[in-house]
Amino acid sequence: MTTNRVSVTFVAHALVRAASRLISTPVGRVAAPRGRYATQLAVFLIFAAWAVAGSPDMPRFRWENFTTGNGLPDNHVFQIKVDGSQVWAATENGLALYRNGQWKVYGTEDGLAHRAVLSVDVDPRTGDVWAATMGGLSRFSAGRFDNYTQLNSGLPNDVVYGVAVQGDSVWVATAAGGARLDVKTGQWRHFNERNTPMYEIWTYGVSAGAEKVYYAVWGGGVLEYDVATGRWKDYNDPDGETQLVLLKDQGLIHEITTSVSWAEKDHVLWVATYFGASRYDGRYWKNFMEKDSGLPSNFLNQVKGVDGTRAWFATDKGLAYYDGTNWAVYRPALDTKAPEMTVRDAQGKVTRVEVTTAPSHNYILAVDFQGDDLWVATAHGVSHGIRLKQKETTTK
Amino acid sequence: MPFEVGGTRTRACRVETRLDAYGSPVNSALANACHPKGHERRVGTRRGTHECARHVILGLFAAALLGFAGDSIPPPAAPAYPSPIEIAVSADGSRLYAVCEGTGEVVEMDANAGTVARRVRVGQHPKSVTLSANGTQLYVANSWSDTVSVVDAASFKVVKELATGYEPNAAVADAQGRFLYVANRMSNDISVIDLARGVETKRLLAGRGAAYLELSADGQRIYCTHIYPQPGPFRSPNESEVTVIDTRRQMVVEREKLENAAGVFHVATANGGRVAIAAEIRPKNLIPLAHVEHGWVIGNSLAVFGADIGGVVQVPIDELDRYYTPPFGLAVTPGNRQLFVSTTGSDSVTAIDLPKLLAYIRAANPDQRRLMANDLSASANYVSARIPVGRAPKGLALSPDGKRLYVANRNDDTISVIDTAAHRVTRTIELGHAVAPTPERRGERLFFSARFAFHGHFGCANCHIEGTIDGLNWDLEPDGFGVDIVENRLLEDIADTGPFKWNGSNPDLETECGPRTEKYFYRAQSYSKEELADIVSFVKSIPLRPNRYRRKDGELTAQQERGKAIFERARNKNGAPIDDTNQCLGCHSGPHYTSQQLADVGTGKPTDRSPLVDVPQLNNVVLNGPYLHDGSARTLEEIWTVFNPNDRHGVTNDLSKDELNDLIEYLKTL
Repeated sequence: MTTNRVSVTFVAHALVRAASRLISTPVGRVAAPRGRYATQLAVFLIFAAWAVAGSPDMPRFRWENFTTGNGLPDNHVFQIKVDGSQVWAATENGLALYRNGQWKVYGTEDGLAHRAVLSVDVDPRTGDVWAATMGGLSRFSAGRFDNYTQLNSGLPNDVVYGVAVQGDSVWVATAAGGARLDVKTGQWRHFNERNTPMYEIWTYGVSAGAEKVYYAVWGGGVLEYDVATGRWKDYNDPDGETQLVLLKDQGLIHEITTSVSWAEKDHVLWVATYFGASRYDGRYWKNFMEKDSGLPSNFLNQVKGVDGTRAWFATDKGLAYYDGTNWAVYRPALDTKAPEMTVRDAQGKVTRVEVTTAPSHNYILAVDFQGDDLWVATAHGVSHGIRLKQKETTTK
Repeated sequence: MPFEVGGTRTRACRVETRLDAYGSPVNSALANACHPKGHERRVGTRRGTHECARHVILGLFAAALLGFAGDSIPPPAAPAYPSPIEIAVSADGSRLYAVCEGTGEVVEMDANAGTVARRVRVGQHPKSVTLSANGTQLYVANSWSDTVSVVDAASFKVVKELATGYEPNAAVADAQGRFLYVANRMSNDISVIDLARGVETKRLLAGRGAAYLELSADGQRIYCTHIYPQPGPFRSPNESEVTVIDTRRQMVVEREKLENAAGVFHVATANGGRVAIAAEIRPKNLIPLAHVEHGWVIGNSLAVFGADIGGVVQVPIDELDRYYTPPFGLAVTPGNRQLFVSTTGSDSVTAIDLPKLLAYIRAANPDQRRLMANDLSASANYVSARIPVGRAPKGLALSPDGKRLYVANRNDDTISVIDTAAHRVTRTIELGHAVAPTPERRGERLFFSARFAFHGHFGCANCHIEGTIDGLNWDLEPDGFGVDIVENRLLEDIADTGPFKWNGSNPDLETECGPRTEKYFYRAQSYSKEELADIVSFVKSIPLRPNRYRRKDGELTAQQERGKAIFERARNKNGAPIDDTNQCLGCHSGPHYTSQQLADVGTGKPTDRSPLVDVPQLNNVVLNGPYLHDGSARTLEEIWTVFNPNDRHGVTNDLSKDELNDLIEYLKTL
């Protein structure tokens, strides 16, 4: 992914060294301005090298799009979850499973708690699927739905925005706080303003790891749960007044958070808000906004970290990828709707990459990974990004 | 509770050593954890000092036996009854292993000599015994200890205890002997245990009352049945399932629905795994229990499914004028010629010509298949014999050559050996027990027996499965269709909880079990006076099983403490006093959390003759769903979120959702 970028840097440095040697030679020796000319020449050559090398090599995809026309139950897709060779889509009108090239739809008639599915996660050990819906939490296991509602169980609220499975715990984000279900004992624990630093209880997303669990609290920043100690910690606007960070990288960019993604291996937290994104490594925050990064919009629905360096961002103006240095954006062009891919390098130079396909809509809600491929939930269906190999890219 | 003895008091609880109805000592932390409210459990105050001392000695002896768990031991002292419930045969056919839930042991027998060879103590209330694929180990599911004992077949000693879910009922190892699958009856799931490491690696979702397991012949599938139906909408047809596990992926891959089935027991496979057969009862609880003579109470059936069948077909084993109930154990002879079914309440084993049964099913069209379970004449096409055996036959096992069938007769502590060709018992192996049955033991035999009901239709244990529940609500009385629907309650530790029946009309168990049973259930002349006394003795002796929601140290968690405070509160959150009669403790007080009075808590239905209901005891209430007198609340939560709009069943509408959650977590500990 960074091959071109490395090679360009290498070439530039080589050119600088060569130019310096050239200027140093007796033949080229001139009087006093030698150093200045050398610098100017080096800078020129560097730019020249950039121009020759083109944009950084960012991943490219051939996009296959799915809508109601080819099997989806609804074009409004809130979440997407890869489950090995199959894919689960949380739609406004049911839970859809893509397997062997076909979509199978599960609705309330099959036992789903509510037709509007907002989030979905899969227990990798059992294969059970947990669906967060507008009418409770559904567990789908080998064809059987078991539903948890605020009336029949310890679920805090029927509006369940997020769900994450970690071991024997199922963590949910609801409109009335977070909760954890112990699937072995059936016991529920609630997390709200009474027992955590949560001053808003509208939890919007949850990301669970073996060590830490994070909640995106809409209007309440980020809550961190330490699994070992059972303690909670909150991350909010550092000044405590304006909801948004005033100084860049001073803290969480904004308290209206929509999504969290915990890259446990690298101990890095990614946060999506309606006002930009944040990355937190346990000590330092780094914030990303449209004006100072490659984000196409500050309005983010989801962030999904690949690791502590790389992440994908679901925005209302396209799907964005950050590799730690460069950015890429994938979308139908906002004006012409033509397939579009742009790459922004570390210097802010934006290059348009010629593509023939794009995600089905620029309003992106979620993304998940299937090897090198992507699956994307949009406001107009599901998009499958099939990663193109370098050879295919060159050919195109 | 005839075997109670006194104990010592520690802090807020009393530690007892007592023998339960099966003669097992009940003194573990699980079985007798400190009571969170500090209520004293009943102790032997009603008995004379002499008797008490005798029981202390008995108790200490029994406790000492427990201390030798894992060692070979002499036969247990009276009045412990072995109560063999399952049986296994060694690969060479020379050894039999019977698991005895009454004495908490496995008995090894010489199959040829028909003699007892060795005994080994395992955990409390063991429910199953299976052999590892190589035959070197036995796996015993200890239902009250929440463990599986691994017994070395050579030394006949317990070499390992494996932790499981709540109330393990059966265990089976995969074909490679690497993983053990355990059906957990109370946590409704299946533990997957890595045998090399001795740890549970995952828990698979089963149905309610996960009970029996069977590994398919090819080793690729494990089937799990359930003794309770799946919770469903109020007064909707019952449904159970057979949970199918893919052993390679260690995941549940299929759930075979068993329509109208409630209690499902053993499952067996035939034809190389292309046919599976489950023993089931099909209660007709949505209609008034008024037509015993027409078979409209419980159907005793087999559910047959698999690749050779296509879909589930349910077939009866009953006859037009005789019932064989409940079908429990299954065994298929090598070559798939015969299927044997133990029918516990009928004291018999039914022999079925398997090829004829499969041919009969295949010949039926879809409509005929759908209705077959209710055609009592069908069994004449495939039942080849009814073989009388001992009392309450449960588990079955065949010799490797299929010539001998071994039957564990739970209630007379014997093993019947059946010649599978001649269809007759050729030998009976005694496991050893008290010289004369106690009234409780005699009552237990009556409780399991179906011989009192018209045409032998059913017995107490058909609905009170092993003293518990059936997970159903019934239209019991001949008072009209849909009137006075009642939920089935646990029978554990109920001696001092009278009056009985949901409307409290039966002042004592003699009335509950006597004329009422005769008139409304059995529709036949029922128990004699002496028999009635015995059955009441037994019912009173059914012990309370361990509560899994209490910590072993007896302390409550912070959440349970908060719930306890709500349970005991006298004021609502605004500080206003709650009327004494509407406080939780106003009705749910005392050691069993019942005032033993009638109360109108606003849950009466237009179809109830009276809104007054008997205040139920709450011990182990967590196991007793569905709830309320008619079973209309599927969960504890629904009692208050759905059925208490006017705060008549306690004041709960001022509670936040998490406070209600605290209350429920406390109730689970009772």
